[in-house]
Amino acid sequence: MSFSWAKAYEPKSSFMRWLDDRLPLPRLVYGAIGGGYPVPRNLNYFWNFGVLAGIFLTIQIVSGIVLAMHYFATTGGAFNSVNQLIMRDVNAGWLLRYAHMNGASFFFIVTYIHIFRGLYYGSYKAPRELVWMLGLVIYLLMMATAFMGYVLPWGQMSYWGAQVITGFFSAFPLIGEPLRVWLLGGYAPDQAALTRFFSLHYLLPFVIAAVVILHIWALHIPGSSNPTGVDVKSEKDTLPFHPFYTAKDGWFAAAVLLAYALVTYFAPDYLGHPDNYIPANPLATPAHIVPEWYFWPFYAILRSFTVDFILPAKLWGVLAMFGSILLLFFLPWVDKSPVRSGAYRPVFKRFFWLLVVDVIILGYVGGAEINAFNVALGQAAAAYYFLHFLVILPLVSAFETPLPLPNSISESVLHGEAAESAPAGSNKSARNTVVAG
Amino acid sequence: MATKAQSAEVNDTQAASDGVRRRDFLNVAAVSFAGVGGVAALAPLLVQMAPSADVLALSTTEIDVSKIQPGQGIKTTWRKQPVFVRNLTPKEIQQANAVPMSDLRDPESLAQRTKPGKANWLITLGVCTHLGCVPLGIGEGENRGPYGGYFCPCHGSAYDTAARIRQGPAPKNLMVPEYKFTGPTTVQIG
Repeated sequence: MSFSWAKAYEPKSSFMRWLDDRLPLPRLVYGAIGGGYPVPRNLNYFWNFGVLAGIFLTIQIVSGIVLAMHYFATTGGAFNSVNQLIMRDVNAGWLLRYAHMNGASFFFIVTYIHIFRGLYYGSYKAPRELVWMLGLVIYLLMMATAFMGYVLPWGQMSYWGAQVITGFFSAFPLIGEPLRVWLLGGYAPDQAALTRFFSLHYLLPFVIAAVVILHIWALHIPGSSNPTGVDVKSEKDTLPFHPFYTAKDGWFAAAVLLAYALVTYFAPDYLGHPDNYIPANPLATPAHIVPEWYFWPFYAILRSFTVDFILPAKLWGVLAMFGSILLLFFLPWVDKSPVRSGAYRPVFKRFFWLLVVDVIILGYVGGAEINAFNVALGQAAAAYYFLHFLVILPLVSAFETPLPLPNSISESVLHGEAAESAPAGSNKSARNTVVAG
Repeated sequence: MATKAQSAEVNDTQAASDGVRRRDFLNVAAVSFAGVGGVAALAPLLVQMAPSADVLALSTTEIDVSKIQPGQGIKTTWRKQPVFVRNLTPKEIQQANAVPMSDLRDPESLAQRTKPGKANWLITLGVCTHLGCVPLGIGEGENRGPYGGYFCPCHGSAYDTAARIRQGPAPKNLMVPEYKFTGPTTVQIG
């Protein structure tokens, strides 16, 4: 699909030839994830996480469809259908439910690593801008799906999570409150909200699957990026996806699934919140209300605004929280450096790791109790998050002198690290090629 | 028929010189009409999301306040939302009236937030105007926060004895629902 040396599909049996002539599905699969897709030969393990995200999406869809067969979407029945029926009475129900709960967390873990891989190696840069943006669309859909799924057990955290998150919309002037009431189908989360969340929670994963197909399609036009960020130049730079990367993805998936199984079996509630084992009570808010861990950094940004400044603090918090993700859509144009890989960008690299630390701090603050120190820490970290993308990144890409790039992927692989910091002559031509690419 | 077809042809050629043929008009009209129909078909898909009749039917609640002593309060529900009914003590009323309007984020006097002659009956929604948590302070022994009214544990908003926002991220005072005293000790909310 992407390179002239990509092998075309050759049917091995008369039946496959018959099928290929009528419906070239085997040809599509062969070109997408088979021997017909040439991949840079120097991918490191950070390139395994896209496939892993696909695996966890599949696990979530399969376990979710089965759980939906036993779940009651009623305010009176939801809590018991999860905690009594599924967790105790349904055969293997406890396993499916814990697999679904922790599958969501692992889906986010591998997705976050996948996103930070893209940030470090400049995977969002031309010609992969749409790959990046479709990825962000998937991420937003994942957040919506995860939120609505968390409401379904109708425990205390479910209920108050629904109340607080739909409350975001009431921050907007004039239309805010009517919009919130319209979204909930009532004045507080109730039967109407629960039923529509269930319907959408079932629908959205399939929308995600569709956007994943677009994401992969867009990726396969230029082909996968790689740790040097240097474009593929010849067949020597690539390996066929199958069997090389199917094997590498395969064993690594087994390793990650082992970690997933360990958590699911031995610490199934570690990533959840105990208050969600209390049935929803619309008259009492839990003392310490927090979303699931994967939303903590955004929750910290939301809580960072405590004083009114032109607009109400509440609206600032909501705008900043949505803005923190929306600005990532503009990243390909914010970071103008022609060098993709952070490995060749000494200044960028330092700020990248600062950003990682910053997001971890935001995550800590978002999950911690509110006190003066945590609020101040969260405000500093939230400010730095925006500073990184809006100020530091454009400045770094304008003033940084990148390290010399290797001439080609195969050269960087076959001659080792020494050749990567090659003499001035070869490095000049390499950089020119990158600019041209 | 022939003449009709001929005249149509003539019309078409005349129109063609203006750049718009009858066929173009028909196409635009047909697609526009289908577009209007398509948009109209969205209406039920949108309005079905709004509160249904059974939810709206819960829009009045009657409560008996005779058993609430000064300094006490009760929590009830209206439209599935918590409502705080509090019988303020003279000291709490005095505290609320002593606050200058310029100190308030959402300036309202206690008199504006209660009924004439019933300044001790403070009836508000128990829904924090930040993100909708239920503030503490209506039950006995609960944390009433630094201003002696209500305190929201979610994000730290503090309300005073007239349930006005004084500190924290919430933008507005606790909402006073529409209500009236239907008798000396009975209140109808909604």
